[in-house]
Amino acid sequence: MESDRTMEHYHMNLNLKVWRQPNSQTPGAFKLYRVENISSEMSFLEMFDVLNEQLIRDGEDPITFDHDCREGICGSCSMYINGKPHGPWAANTTCQLHMRAFHDGDTIVVEPWRANSFPVIKDLMVDRSAFDRIIQAGGYISVNTGNAVDGNSLPVPKDHADQAFAAAMCIGCGACVAACKNSSAMLFLSAKVSHLSLLPQGDPERSSRVVNMVAQMDKEGFGACTNTGACEATCPKEISIANIARLNKEYLLATLTAE
Amino acid sequence: MLDAKIPAGPLPEKWTDYKGHCKLVNPSNKRKLEVIIVGTGLAGASAAASLAELGYQVKAFCFQDSPRRTHSIAAQGGINAAKNYQNDGDSIFRLFYDTIKGGDYRAREANVHRLAEVSGNIIDQCVAQGVPFAREYGGLLSNRSFGGTQVQRTFYAAGQTGQQLLIGAYQALERQVALGNVKMYSRHEMLELVTIDGKARGIIARDLVSGALERHFGHAVLLCTGGYGNVFYLSTNAMGSNVTAAWKAHRNGAYFANPCFTQIHPTCIPVSGDHQSKLTLMSESLRNDGRIWVPAQKNDTRKPTDIAENERDYYLERRYPAFGNLVPRDVASRASKERCDEGYGVGTSKQAVYLDFADAIIRYGKIEISKEGKSNATLEEIIALGKEVVKEKYGNLFDMYEKITGENPYEVPMRIYPAVHYTMGGLWVDYELQTSIPGLYALGEANFSDHGANRLGASALMQGLADGYFVVPYTLGNNLADEIYNKPIATSHPAFEEAENKVSERIQKLMSIQGTQTVESFHKRLGKIIWNQCGMARTESGLKQAIADVQALKKEFWSDVRIPGVVNGMNPELDKANRVADFIELGELMCVDALNRNESCGGHFREEYQTPDGEALRDDANYMYVAAWQFADEHKWELHKEPLVYDVIKPSQRNYK
Amino acid sequence: MALKNVLTSSVGKKLVMGFTGIFLILFLVVHAGLNACIWANDGGEMFNKAAHFMGGNLVPRILEVGLFGGIFLHIIQGYLLTLDNRSKRSVGYAVDYSKGSKWYSRSMAILGTILLLFFILHWKHFWVPSRFTGIPEAKFYNGIEVHDVFALMKDTFSEAWVVIFYVISCAALGYHLAHGFQSAFKTIGIHNRRYHTMLSAVGMGFSIVIPTLFALMPISLYLGWIR
Repeated sequence: MESDRTMEHYHMNLNLKVWRQPNSQTPGAFKLYRVENISSEMSFLEMFDVLNEQLIRDGEDPITFDHDCREGICGSCSMYINGKPHGPWAANTTCQLHMRAFHDGDTIVVEPWRANSFPVIKDLMVDRSAFDRIIQAGGYISVNTGNAVDGNSLPVPKDHADQAFAAAMCIGCGACVAACKNSSAMLFLSAKVSHLSLLPQGDPERSSRVVNMVAQMDKEGFGACTNTGACEATCPKEISIANIARLNKEYLLATLTAE
Repeated sequence: MLDAKIPAGPLPEKWTDYKGHCKLVNPSNKRKLEVIIVGTGLAGASAAASLAELGYQVKAFCFQDSPRRTHSIAAQGGINAAKNYQNDGDSIFRLFYDTIKGGDYRAREANVHRLAEVSGNIIDQCVAQGVPFAREYGGLLSNRSFGGTQVQRTFYAAGQTGQQLLIGAYQALERQVALGNVKMYSRHEMLELVTIDGKARGIIARDLVSGALERHFGHAVLLCTGGYGNVFYLSTNAMGSNVTAAWKAHRNGAYFANPCFTQIHPTCIPVSGDHQSKLTLMSESLRNDGRIWVPAQKNDTRKPTDIAENERDYYLERRYPAFGNLVPRDVASRASKERCDEGYGVGTSKQAVYLDFADAIIRYGKIEISKEGKSNATLEEIIALGKEVVKEKYGNLFDMYEKITGENPYEVPMRIYPAVHYTMGGLWVDYELQTSIPGLYALGEANFSDHGANRLGASALMQGLADGYFVVPYTLGNNLADEIYNKPIATSHPAFEEAENKVSERIQKLMSIQGTQTVESFHKRLGKIIWNQCGMARTESGLKQAIADVQALKKEFWSDVRIPGVVNGMNPELDKANRVADFIELGELMCVDALNRNESCGGHFREEYQTPDGEALRDDANYMYVAAWQFADEHKWELHKEPLVYDVIKPSQRNYK
Repeated sequence: MALKNVLTSSVGKKLVMGFTGIFLILFLVVHAGLNACIWANDGGEMFNKAAHFMGGNLVPRILEVGLFGGIFLHIIQGYLLTLDNRSKRSVGYAVDYSKGSKWYSRSMAILGTILLLFFILHWKHFWVPSRFTGIPEAKFYNGIEVHDVFALMKDTFSEAWVVIFYVISCAALGYHLAHGFQSAFKTIGIHNRRYHTMLSAVGMGFSIVIPTLFALMPISLYLGWIR
């Protein structure tokens, strides 16, 4: 936990520099806003709620941003705050970032995820449907409802199950892409490949899965991984970059052993 | 009288019998039938995948940017199944019995028994999909006990069971999208139901990015749109969770059942101020080790650590010695409200109680010390080791608490307060999950069927997946078998025209008001009315006042709301206004329902109806029915009663003392 | 799956970088080992003999062809990859994300460019004379004629700017290796935590020791520590 977290509550005035863009076709620009009397107990998005209420009252267009569960699990929120996806705290999502991370007089720069594969829809909202299409390319186990054998018929070593779970914790927010200098989706992709290839149920499709998903990622226009580790450092669910190495192995084996 | 179409025969054989005799659609005909699914959480995604696998042409809609973000993802604790892997005496009957009893005898026997029957298949299906459930060292599935049941039947994936189950269903859905069997419409919101000759035949949806209204035909429409907890403004629901689709169905003739049955979860992080936009749940599992208390004297502002043991009131242990801190959710929630109302609450808002792990830390610490064989350990050593154990069990929850509150729960007790979490009420459905509009189905939390007046922990995920994977594929086929002669209806049909006009007129009307108050401010006010009068405790006078207040609020909303932006483009404020307008109408119906139900049961507590020691007092003679409300006119509903007949279980007073 | 598709996929491109990188790492070991012979301080006899062995034997000559192939593949693929990756974000950030990764991990192309410039000079200094234009003086050890590469070295490193450039390049090599060594093994699929930790440690050591060794050569000759 961060050292600047204290129980003392305080209020602050802040300057916000927010990216505004009416739609994907029109170019955007930064706009400056000022919010006052912000409580340190607010979440970052609640601070945006305050700003939006203010904008509506002033007859201005409120700022559009993706958000839904506001408890760090749905993966909707996607702000790039002061040079880091999801803001300054480690292992955190924007919706769980609280205002005690900031101080009176701070200027906060808020940008959308930047990647050609994540085009801006409006303001801070981007289109992440490329992730869905990557999953469609093979991020599943082909089992129709009703085909399943008893859940305990196939034991899974506990450490494999735990590692699969650790990879499956990915919330698909896209922070890895936003953080990567290459706009690579490899952490997202590798989390799914690891999750499914670590389980015996995923074994029959493991070769085709990795090859097809990588092909789809390339088609969507994400870059290649150069192992800088920025994705792992910013991932709200602390997905390990070791998953990328595992994907590489899976890919190498799949392509080497292909007919 | 409402007919739930429950099959005849002994309870344990009803579902088997139904499956053996229901009508089937042959594969080549399935390809010609189109099914619309609104909402892609656990119920919707599992139904979409299963129906597409069968060969139906499915169109699925969600307002989120991807089906993977629907709010099922936030469920923490687990999913029940009567597998009896632990050999501790569990069975289909016990799961069925616990669910009926937990629901305070206001659920339908046949539906709940079917739920218990298919619960095991759900686990098998999810494991086959690659859901990484927790496992034992031998590689087999692990179980834990949950929500005060006497058996270990809850399957889980750390504190993220909902996420893992949803991702499983989402992947099955995406597979069908890739195969061309499902057409996925994300960032789309259903704004009207289209009925033709009394049957549900399609929807009008708004593309939330372009703002365009779209017409979609379906031989049947499935609403899997979740609960309506956001009527309270503050709840553990996602910001976007709404009642709009269900409400449109209701206004088109679908009955709304038991709307006043809402679940208030006892362990949530309390409200910190007016800015609060949502509440966060702390898993119920915390009550296994944490002790709940308030100061014994009123308005005690000392730090919790400065309050001595004999100056604390462990009120749950005092009132319910048998179950203590593990009483069901409704009981625990009411007890903390009672203490705070009496002036014993803690924190700046005084609307919170302590959940204290100090004893657990010492208890676990001593166990660790004895494991190490030490005889003269200092208190510091014991506490240090105990913290490690607590961290291992609840670390992620403690971290979440610290992120939100800035307080370290290892050092100071957590502050918790009840919050709206789940809605047992919903669209009335029969045994086949069909609403009172033919061709319109409701699945998961959107329907009312399985949880009575109070839902047991780890049952919501079970119900959503049961409906989607194992119930609707059969019951829909039974009805669609008669549809094979009906060609798809062109969306130029006057009914579509009319429905679309209705939506666009409403949008125009909303946009043209250009008043002075924001949508959010109306929502907050609605939430306060409902929370105060139709929340944890309700009274006749309070409910009457609330109905008047909500009616006045509605009037004010439609004359003074201010919505910025454009119709033909992205406009989240407009989307929100559409939802809040429907929440206002629902809020009134909730109060009407609560006022009608002159008894206390489960989550519905009418202060007039309680035992001398303050427990809920049911009135089985007069209220053992499902209250299904038919929309008649603005502010007017007609009540239809579906009597609840208990053939197998004998209702009794719940006792946790 | 056709090999072409494999090698042109984003993972395949990285596999080419990784495998050529590991090959070049192996070459560095041989090169450093060979050059370390100068510290025998025997007027270059041992070093010259070793150089003669490498130049006169068929196997190293074949490997040399492979080495050039590897270097060029690594360089060309590296540049193509960098350009391709840069094209994936047309609108950049106002505030860059610099805390999540090391500067040298993000600067492999720049470090690689310094190394490329170094190679050009290095080949001009040593490889071109020894293969084509010839090395003026010859020495005889036990009647066998060998080129006096040692003399050439002493001559080359008598100029301060050359020494400084070589030392800078060695630093670039160190940072290039600090990222490249462990990255190459990740790329070829070493994900096991135990091996990865081990390889990271070895990589760090390697990227300090080898470049330091190389840097000490021009310094030693310039300052006259060896004769």
